[in-house]
Amino acid sequence: MAFKITIDNTGEVYPCSETKHLLAGMIQLGKKGIPVGCRSGGCGVCKVKILSGDYRSKKMSRDHVTEDEERQNIVLACRVFPQEDISLSVIGHLRKAVMR
Amino acid sequence: MAMTGILRPGHVQLRVLDLEESLNHYCENMGLIETDRDDQGRVYLKCWDEHDKFSVVLEPSDRAGMDHMAFKVATEQDLWRFESNVKNFGIETKRVPAGELNGCGERVRFVGPAGHTFELYAEKEQVGNGIPTTNPSPWPRHGLKGMEVIRFDHCLLYGNNFDENIKFFTEALEFKLTEQIVDGDVQLAAFLTCSTKAHDIAFIRHEESGKLHHASFLLGSWEQVLRAADIISMEDIPLETGPTRHGLTRGRTIYFFDPSGNRNEVFAEDSYFYPDSPVLTWTADNIGQAIFYHSRQLVDSFMGVTS
Repeated sequence: MAFKITIDNTGEVYPCSETKHLLAGMIQLGKKGIPVGCRSGGCGVCKVKILSGDYRSKKMSRDHVTEDEERQNIVLACRVFPQEDISLSVIGHLRKAVMR
Repeated sequence: MAMTGILRPGHVQLRVLDLEESLNHYCENMGLIETDRDDQGRVYLKCWDEHDKFSVVLEPSDRAGMDHMAFKVATEQDLWRFESNVKNFGIETKRVPAGELNGCGERVRFVGPAGHTFELYAEKEQVGNGIPTTNPSPWPRHGLKGMEVIRFDHCLLYGNNFDENIKFFTEALEFKLTEQIVDGDVQLAAFLTCSTKAHDIAFIRHEESGKLHHASFLLGSWEQVLRAADIISMEDIPLETGPTRHGLTRGRTIYFFDPSGNRNEVFAEDSYFYPDSPVLTWTADNIGQAIFYHSRQLVDSFMGVTS
């Protein structure tokens, strides 16, 4: 079953099934809005705050999401699977490319 | 060339969030072979064509990244000589007793100027590469899996104190610079070797300390890189870039992420180095081509994402 995901910052809306993480759902449809990095819970660039909607989540790196943040529904989009329609705001960002 | 001192990258210990998912990735999909486990929950892996007992250690953790990278030195005398070099450079060292990692001799541990933990050791148990040493076959007839990676080859690391770090590696650890990216007087990337490889380790100038960009594994051919790409799609592994060619090192390559977000590379057919080889230089205005030779375009996540 597909749920409606709304990116609060941009107004982007896309469907995502409960078997796909929020980032995979976005990428698959060519949508943009949440930064894409490792897609495995380790790099932290897809950090979001879930504003509404129930979800299931997998383990994510404590370098990027503290236990306290996780309790406040601050999570990595690549580790979150929707159980209801979700509204979220984007927190993470890609670091500037090169280096100096 | 007589190879002395630091011989090669011996192993990398990676932190992983989920051990079972990680073992499926490294063993079933990439083709490493499990050789041991210890009472800290660490799992020891080797690539098929390595004789030493392990080249990758997976450490269950609540975060991703590299715990340490270790280099094998030729003799015990080398171990104490490099320990002294590191101390003379002004960096503290610690001795880790033999057996702390199963099958590994005493290690000398220190934190490099860019914030990464490195170790040196002279001894590791050899378990063989699955091929007899008399009348050897070219590859093991049974048991190879997935991408069939040949060996753990190098790491690329991001860190601060860049210039001091390169000085440390070339002076205290006696690595040679093979290839670089420069912006005027500023070195942005340095590829370093302790052998005849195009790189045994590489560093990128960065604002944070101690970051892993990728751990890289050798394949035999471009065809095997394409086959790795097929497996990446079959197994729904997060692909980042490739298959393509690097300008730097001219390796044929593909990048993807392990289930904890640590980036992996598999590559084939890159360049080589001798002590009289000239340093190869890429200028910052050609950085796109230096990194991805065909598209000539930087990829945001490739430049900015680390673990």
